[in-house]
Amino acid sequence: MTANRLGRRRYRREADLIVIGGGLQGCATALFAVRRGLSVIVLEKDSVGRHASGVNAGGVRRLGRDPAEIGLSDRAMALWRIIAEIVDDDCGFKTLPHVKVAETDAELETLVERAATLRGMGYEHEQVVGRSALRRLLPAVADHCVGGLTSLDGYAIPWTTTAAFRRKAEAEGVLFREGTAVSSVASDGAAWCVTAGGAIFRAARILNCAGAWGGQIAAMVGDHIPIKAIAPMMIVTQRLPPFCDAVVGTVGQPLSFKQMPNGTVLIGGARLGHADAEAGSADLRFDELRRSAKTAIAVFPIMRGATIQRCWSGIEGRTPDRLPVIGRSPRSEGVFHAFGFSAHGFQLGPAVGEIMTELIANGSTQTSIHAFEPARFECVANGPGDH
Amino acid sequence: MQRCFTPQGRSVRILFEDQPVEAQPGDSVAAALLCADVVWTRSTPVSGAHRAPFCMMGACFDCLVEIDGVPNRQACMVEVKEGMRVRRQQGDAFGELS
Amino acid sequence: MTLYDVAIVGAGPAGMAAAIEAAKVGLATTVLDEAAQPGGQIYRGIETACEARLAVLGKAYRDGATLVRAFRGSGVDYRPGTTVWHIEDADPGFVLYASTSGGSVALGARFLVVASGALERPTPMPGWTLPGVMTAGAIQILIKASGALPRDLVLVGSGPLLYLLGAQMVAAGRPPRALVTTVPPSRYLTAARYYTPLSRAAHAYLIKGIGLLSRLALARVPIHSNARGIRILGNDSVTGLRFFSGGRDREIDTNMVALHQGVVPNQQIGRLLRCDYLWHAGQHAFAPEVDRFGETSRVGVFIAGDGAGISGAVSAKLSGRLAAWRIAQHLGRTAPDPGPALAALRRDRAVRPLLETLYAPSPEVLDPSDETIVCRCEEVTAGAVRKTVHDGAVGPNQVKSFLRTGMGPCQGRMCGLAVSRIITVAAGGDPGEIGYFRIRPPLKPLSLNELAELELTDAVE
Repeated sequence: MTANRLGRRRYRREADLIVIGGGLQGCATALFAVRRGLSVIVLEKDSVGRHASGVNAGGVRRLGRDPAEIGLSDRAMALWRIIAEIVDDDCGFKTLPHVKVAETDAELETLVERAATLRGMGYEHEQVVGRSALRRLLPAVADHCVGGLTSLDGYAIPWTTTAAFRRKAEAEGVLFREGTAVSSVASDGAAWCVTAGGAIFRAARILNCAGAWGGQIAAMVGDHIPIKAIAPMMIVTQRLPPFCDAVVGTVGQPLSFKQMPNGTVLIGGARLGHADAEAGSADLRFDELRRSAKTAIAVFPIMRGATIQRCWSGIEGRTPDRLPVIGRSPRSEGVFHAFGFSAHGFQLGPAVGEIMTELIANGSTQTSIHAFEPARFECVANGPGDH
Repeated sequence: MQRCFTPQGRSVRILFEDQPVEAQPGDSVAAALLCADVVWTRSTPVSGAHRAPFCMMGACFDCLVEIDGVPNRQACMVEVKEGMRVRRQQGDAFGELS
Repeated sequence: MTLYDVAIVGAGPAGMAAAIEAAKVGLATTVLDEAAQPGGQIYRGIETACEARLAVLGKAYRDGATLVRAFRGSGVDYRPGTTVWHIEDADPGFVLYASTSGGSVALGARFLVVASGALERPTPMPGWTLPGVMTAGAIQILIKASGALPRDLVLVGSGPLLYLLGAQMVAAGRPPRALVTTVPPSRYLTAARYYTPLSRAAHAYLIKGIGLLSRLALARVPIHSNARGIRILGNDSVTGLRFFSGGRDREIDTNMVALHQGVVPNQQIGRLLRCDYLWHAGQHAFAPEVDRFGETSRVGVFIAGDGAGISGAVSAKLSGRLAAWRIAQHLGRTAPDPGPALAALRRDRAVRPLLETLYAPSPEVLDPSDETIVCRCEEVTAGAVRKTVHDGAVGPNQVKSFLRTGMGPCQGRMCGLAVSRIITVAAGGDPGEIGYFRIRPPLKPLSLNELAELELTDAVE
């Protein structure tokens, strides 16, 4: 059965909830919402998991999060541990340590302070490790590395995860419309009318999970949420013998480093390519990627002999404060936002799905999302639609 | 494979799995190995199946071998040089890492 | 960083012809080619071939020497042994990243001529990954570059190259064991419709074809036509071939098989640059959308030769020239009148519909059986691709995400068309809509250390 034929057979345009954006956040919310008894349509302008949800580094990470995100992240972690029960697919999830490596004593000092700050807030998951403990975690780490900060987090396969949520949601009755870009959102008094792909879809409630394009959707309902399209870049190598069983970052250089179960190594990080949100394309910058290659070799000298198989880049939405936008529309009743995860939303996905469902179905959620308030950018705006 | 023309120039000797192989100047490593009746030149990382040069034009990557300690070299794209040491690429390419 | 007027990727007939013309009109030109010598696959080894080898390979091959000599004498900056692994936009033009003897360089160019030619069409069938199975093109390369021929070879498939290779083997005194074609006899009637006696070029190609066939017949090479249910036999390497032909099952013992189902445009660079591609139904392949001069949907990017659609070496030379002249015009130089070359190109291409109809690829390789490996790198079967489509994958890139097809070292060169086709058949729809893998850099695997040590000048930043 192809998606096309499936789509035609179950073509509906009315639902309790329309989710705009078929990334992980949108698919997770669709699944939890349909389980709450809501009818749901997901409108996706490209294909499900096409952008950030399908091509990110797959870190299921609590380590190093902004304190405001830790509650949300903890809730997500509890869901990741039972992910196979939720979506009938293990999503490639594996519990494993994340390690932030300090290359100098000064860097290690910042990690010690960070751990102390978190302990003061009641969080114990991040632990400082010294020279020898670091080598127990990362036997292949370079000699000059002095220690690190670690947390027992995890890893999952992004594409598989997003596809699993979608499959499950679809099986439970969610209608997915791919290749259906939203061109306008307007109220007819009784419901929201979403014009997409030449058709009008109606629902009392709308959830904007449009990622880097979330600002545009927000503007359609009068909300001002500044968001910048960025293009994080990734390198994947050919298979290497197993030498690293942790997800690794560094304090001084933007790096995210992970060896996959099949032996390939994924090198990502905050190095950015060129993002073109309008064209939906992201171009690599090899002048920047070259630095990621250097960092990876510096931290793991074993990587000198690695062969690059492929590099890619995907589009992500980043907010000015690099915190996501999660909550009610400040201006439009029945509209909700969950986007702008600023390149660290993958781990949060399942929790965002639950929280948005609670907000939409019950009107409230017990997880603190105050820091992600969509209205927080309003004071700096000149008015609705100011872009 | 069999040479059908009188060789031009002096032959080049390379080592394949430590065994000497006579090649002609201008041969690719893949051609030299095929002419020496080497049946397979790598095993795959997925199933361990044996493979040999297939396209001879740098497209299929089935001729990946280790040349002078460097893994993942395309045997069909590298010209033989006197004394070159060639090894089968067994499954994963570990090269200097192993 | 050096900024060239034009960078030409590939030194086959199209690339060499483009370079010669670009040099004539005074363009600063560089040619980057993976091979150690110019000529491309068709004229491979021409500079070093002895008289006996030239005699075996025939006149069309020998003629390439003139072009190669002219190319050598053109004075362009020719970079052999250089693999282009990425091209990105710059102002002006493009930056090419290329690997050469262990290090990488970055070069700037205002215009690009992609002349990276053709690839063998993927020919997935049971047993095609066994040692002892090669492409017909690979056997030809062995003859051209190393003067080597198989002792025992069965030719399998469809297309003029199969007959040419058979005739060359006869000439070398090593006739193939058998020729097993997938062409049904009824095709000759269907194809005859495209025969226009007025086209002299088409006529010449036909005469050549008849000549090749008669040489095979004279050498008493058994020819089995309309072969179906082809399986290559063997556990660790080829031991034989089984197929159905002439009303019964047949088996041939052999330790070498050469496969061929025609050649298709090499899409890697054009796709990397996001040039628009269209489905070419006649060639059962994707071809870039180009104007008469080979300029693609991306301003400044030209594709010349077989990379723009399979037309053979004569057309390749013409299209290379036309691209160079057009670029010269864009750069304000005086270029020759393209009229005669355009007319010659039309005449030369007139035979294509006939050849495409007659030698259309076998349905068995276009939509292989479930157990057949399609992706040689990751060992993914046609059945696995079909299952993924049934599970909801809508295109090649989703299938790739699920199954890793096209993610191995060959980056889809060996499976891309087959995967697109299997999805098209399984999901219904048009291959043009189903599309193709997104091509990611590096175009060829690159050492991490080579990237780390990449030297960049300010011009790139």
